[in-house]
Amino acid sequence: MKTFYWLVKREFWEHRGGFFWAPLISGSVFLVLNIMALITGEVLGNGSNTHFNIAGGLNLSGHMDADMLSKIGTGLDIAMYVVAGIVLMIMAIIVFFYCLGSLYDDRRDRSILFWKSLPISNRDTVLSKVVSASIVAPVIACVFGTAAGLLLLLIAAFTASLHGLNMWALLMNSHPLLVAINMISLIPLYAIWALPTIGWLMFCSAWARSKPFLWALLAPLAAGVIVSWFGLMGLFNLGSGWFWKNVVSRMLLSLIPGGWIRDAASIDNEPKDPSIILDHIGLAHNYATLASPDLWIGALAGIVLISAAIWLRRWRDDS
Amino acid sequence: MSAVITATGLSKRYKNSVALDNVSFQIPAGRIVGLIGPNGAGKTTALKAILGLTDFSGQLNVLGLDPRKQRDKLMEQVCFIADVAVLPRWLRVSEAVDFVANVHPRFDRAKCEAFLARTILTPGMRVRQMSKGMIVQLHLALVMAIDARLLILDEPTLGLDILYRKQFYQNLLEDYFDENKTIIVTTHQVEEVEHILTDLMFIRDGKIVLDADMDAIGERFIEVMVNGDRAEAARAMKPLDERQVFGKSIFLFDGVERSTLEAMGEVRRPSVSDLFVATMKGTYA
Repeated sequence: MKTFYWLVKREFWEHRGGFFWAPLISGSVFLVLNIMALITGEVLGNGSNTHFNIAGGLNLSGHMDADMLSKIGTGLDIAMYVVAGIVLMIMAIIVFFYCLGSLYDDRRDRSILFWKSLPISNRDTVLSKVVSASIVAPVIACVFGTAAGLLLLLIAAFTASLHGLNMWALLMNSHPLLVAINMISLIPLYAIWALPTIGWLMFCSAWARSKPFLWALLAPLAAGVIVSWFGLMGLFNLGSGWFWKNVVSRMLLSLIPGGWIRDAASIDNEPKDPSIILDHIGLAHNYATLASPDLWIGALAGIVLISAAIWLRRWRDDS
Repeated sequence: MSAVITATGLSKRYKNSVALDNVSFQIPAGRIVGLIGPNGAGKTTALKAILGLTDFSGQLNVLGLDPRKQRDKLMEQVCFIADVAVLPRWLRVSEAVDFVANVHPRFDRAKCEAFLARTILTPGMRVRQMSKGMIVQLHLALVMAIDARLLILDEPTLGLDILYRKQFYQNLLEDYFDENKTIIVTTHQVEEVEHILTDLMFIRDGKIVLDADMDAIGERFIEVMVNGDRAEAARAMKPLDERQVFGKSIFLFDGVERSTLEAMGEVRRPSVSDLFVATMKGTYA
């Protein structure tokens, strides 16, 4: 257990830039851009004597009833999810390349010989990288993402208060804590959902003698093209769309946060009430995905690929 | 005295070459063995087989364990320095010490810090900022602080200047080696290790062509410097090698009675490198 903890720590040391600084910086950049936009809005608004608008064109300068306030609160919640979502998206890209390099980079620079000179099993080494990709990176990104969202919320409320709105009323109608808890509780689901992509990328990383990126990308795409072509020939009943959606995209795109939502009941295309959207982001709705066989078949494929990566890590001999 | 390594019928075949060809040998504890051979002779393959880094056919027993099946356990007792460039470039000195201290049950942190204190390395330094010599110093400090029974060195001083090379072997002898430890070293800089070796193994084309301890080698191989007029007589005795120096001929003999040779000229012990060159004659031809 202690060894495993230090293995994960080693991954963090090596990828501090991607795991820690990238979400911190992307969150900060997003905040700064928003502050700049708000200031611009303030300056322009004062100059031309128009009203300052926030949260989907709601007029904030008039009086508002409780219903309006609750809608704004919901809007602010969604804004928080969007900010966190952006940070998580950047994390997903970083983790994609992290997985591709995880079992390849040290073979290329031969530092694998140093790691293999220590009494550490290949299973633990590979699993520590899986945990870094599926848990450590998302947790850090979630923390920074929600922190950025919270700050944005405060800034927005503060700006609104400059226009005579009750800052506390706005804040009381949003649910920052709930948003934060939601985000964190979705990480286990995310980890299970992302397994096929993590497994596939790490398998390529352990297997490829060179250019794991090309293999990882080209093999599923080529398979998809071939299936589509045979599909055109009418050989498969399922249709090539099924293959692209359930095989190719699960192999390459499952790191995208919230990717499982398409499997849950579809969101109403034009929701009348923003709180409906929020329901869809809610925990119960998300965890309903656990009932879908897609999730588990994908996870199983991921586990098989990771086991193959462990075997390759043990026996791949190209130094 | 039990054997640290016992190999029987060890073979390893790559696609279009034979790296190890039915090799058998035994290495007892408390020895420093030089595994010497030309490029591509199978040295590294032999070491990789011992370390469980590659598959092979035949029997191999290292410290009572099978490197193929019990590698994780074996590595608690075995250390290796493979080449100068294997420490990851992002690693800091302090991180390296922390990591090894926490994953290796036989690592002595105080010892490692004492070794590091004698170098110019600082805890915050990253491997990418170090010279080759400093990287080896760090690696050696880590390895020497591990109480292992077998240390394997594969070209450990490649690319180092002479100060670092001398210091490397000196540290190893003074602060590390004892009768419970065994060291196997491969290198092309034979002159630098020949004084510390207790045993010598020559490997050529996947076969062990010489396996003896240094005392036996001193008895078996004799170099004699012969005047021109007696050169023909010496040649008739089938020397391993002949070379000319200052109008005299130097012959290298294998297994000829010392007294016979003393009658012919000045007798001395051949250097390992001369022995190596004579044994490997025609390797690249």
